Amino acid sequence: MLYVLCVFMPLIGAAIAGLFGPWIGARASWIVSCGALLISALISPYVLVNVGFHGHSLTIPLFNWFSSGAFVVDWALRFDALTAVMVVVVTVVSCAVHFYSIGYMEHDPHNPRFFAYLSLFTFFMLILVTADNFLQLFFGWEGVGLASYLLIGFWYEKPSANAAAIKAFLVNRVGDFGFALGVMGVFLLYGSVGFDAVFDATEGKAGATLQFLGGEFHALTVLCLLLFVGAMGKSAQLGLHTWLPDAMEGPTPVSALIHAATMVTAGVFMVARLSPMFEYAPVALNVVAIVGASTAFFAATVGLCQNDIKRVIAYSTCSQLGYMFFACGVSAYAAGIFHLFTHAFFKALLFLGAGSVIHAMSGEQDMRKMGGIWKMVPVTYTMMWIGSLALAGVPFFAGYFSKDIVLEAAFAANSGPGFYAFWLGIAAAVMTAFYSWRLLFMTFHGAPRADERVMAHVHESPKSMTVPLIVLALGAVFAGYVGYDVFVGHGQKEFWGKAIVVLTSHNALEAAHNVPLWVKLAPIVVGAIGIGLAWYMYIVRTDLPAMLAAKLRPLYLFLYNKWYFDELYDRIFVRPAMYLGRELWREGDGTIIDGLGPDGIAAVTRNLAAKASRLQTGYVYHYAFAMLIGVAGLVTLYLYRQGG
Amino acid sequence: MLEIGLSHYLTVAAILFTLGIFGIFLNRKNVIIILMSVELILLAVNINLVSFSVFLQDLAGQVFAMLVLTVAAAEAAIGLAIIVVYFRNRGTIAVEDINLMKG
Repeated sequence: MLYVLCVFMPLIGAAIAGLFGPWIGARASWIVSCGALLISALISPYVLVNVGFHGHSLTIPLFNWFSSGAFVVDWALRFDALTAVMVVVVTVVSCAVHFYSIGYMEHDPHNPRFFAYLSLFTFFMLILVTADNFLQLFFGWEGVGLASYLLIGFWYEKPSANAAAIKAFLVNRVGDFGFALGVMGVFLLYGSVGFDAVFDATEGKAGATLQFLGGEFHALTVLCLLLFVGAMGKSAQLGLHTWLPDAMEGPTPVSALIHAATMVTAGVFMVARLSPMFEYAPVALNVVAIVGASTAFFAATVGLCQNDIKRVIAYSTCSQLGYMFFACGVSAYAAGIFHLFTHAFFKALLFLGAGSVIHAMSGEQDMRKMGGIWKMVPVTYTMMWIGSLALAGVPFFAGYFSKDIVLEAAFAANSGPGFYAFWLGIAAAVMTAFYSWRLLFMTFHGAPRADERVMAHVHESPKSMTVPLIVLALGAVFAGYVGYDVFVGHGQKEFWGKAIVVLTSHNALEAAHNVPLWVKLAPIVVGAIGIGLAWYMYIVRTDLPAMLAAKLRPLYLFLYNKWYFDELYDRIFVRPAMYLGRELWREGDGTIIDGLGPDGIAAVTRNLAAKASRLQTGYVYHYAFAMLIGVAGLVTLYLYRQGG
Repeated sequence: MLEIGLSHYLTVAAILFTLGIFGIFLNRKNVIIILMSVELILLAVNINLVSFSVFLQDLAGQVFAMLVLTVAAAEAAIGLAIIVVYFRNRGTIAVEDINLMKG
């Protein structure tokens, strides 16, 4: 019962705030939605302890969704270790974000709507992670996409926000198409979409083939790749990542909750959840590893040159998601989920901290116009330091444990994709440290670059914003230390139980504990190098960045313009689509359909009427004449009839 | 000595009728002329009614003639009234200018 309550409280909160918001007012709305979330967040540790540590996995059937012949789908809540971890992450971060939003959105007139969307999102996310079958997963998947769309476009007066919302929706459609095909393929292959049925049958289907695009392929590889396309869209992996930076148009709490901590990690969760399938599709696993590693590297390089504080963190998120994926790609699902777990805390912390900075700077997001404010916002400053330390993997902060195990697992996988992921991961780690401290130095240190009016207004955020920051900071400091043993250490087998399946031949995670010393030290060393470099460039020799940018101008522009992905897509997809649309509208709809249809008929009628109206001269005697002719005609006819 | 018979009356009536009709639609000047032409047509009909009444020894024709005269008087009064109002409104009663119903 508590479990069900945990999942459905946010929905209740959303319904009350969303449907009755205008009547009960902003204050009541946030009390209701925050209260509901708080209940969920308080239940979630209980779920984790019961399900994760005591191993009481269970499935709670709710009711039948539909049954059509052999195709039966039920609503059910599946609680195993994987779900429990996600439930904790989602509810705790969401709760922090809810409370933070009270302060952050204080002056917004659409407060109830905002809280309704946030709670609705949380509900969909919980449905996603507790799904017991592919369709329910898909339901949650689309639900969070919808909530993300609504929240990115929350400030609907801003054209850029609307454009970003539509972009996020459309790019996700591409991924979801793959996902939908994957789900259909699963039904085709297994005759069922329930997780238990599919996972139990997977070993027997390891050699099965599937007709796809006119060829005969290894069925599991095809299915896993299709499902992974969905994960790529949702988790903003290379190729389908373009929506994530733009999604920063939404309010900052949204970025923290949806585009850092929870929704974007749904892809990682999905791959981990489907580990029984991916394990039998080595090619798909390699693809996952390579895409993840490439994304980690790519996003980190772009993060180096961005000037918008939120965009830097957005690319950092993209990059960290890449880490999680390549961890999954080398069969170290637990490491991926562990990184997801710690990342949720410190990235939400960074985003909310950035929101606090933006709040203090009167809405300014450009780091070039910040600087020198660290004394004025001590709490925010500290929190950003903690977040950055955790992100860069400095020892004993959360990121240190998870990032290290991810990289070690990649190394220990001892395969081509594994080494590829390891080296790109190391390179990304340098850049991560560098851009994190670049962000810190540019935002808080140096001479103030904002104008006096803004500087005079700089102030620490209210309690409702700083307290959630402190809660998340606790997570960012301790989550790694606390979770290490259970998630990826000695206790991991017992903890995950049947939630994550790894073939005995894929032992990257065990081997990760026995890698050479230099592999263990490498992430720390490169992190230190990155931090030192940022310190040298942005504190000691502040002329250096501009000089480098001028010297390496093509490279700088290439990175600054995000590898020209947006421009490329604009050329390849957007413009042809716009052109096609415009032509179809003008030629197809305008000329052909309207021309022959309504417009054509109207024109003919008008033409005939004009001709008919010319008969009407308006002269009385013409009418009289016509009348007489008529009378004469009638009389003649009458007489003729009589006579005939 | 020429005996004036029914056919003569009918001829006169026919001539008057034709005059009336031509008066309506050959006239380009004045609406009053149209009104007069209508009177002419009615009179032509009256002559027909009276001559047939005498010829057939039936008084009903003459009763009808009286009725037609009454109607004609009323019609003339209303017609003239309309023309007066029309003139006040538009400042003209020239037939050429009365073409508001032109399509």
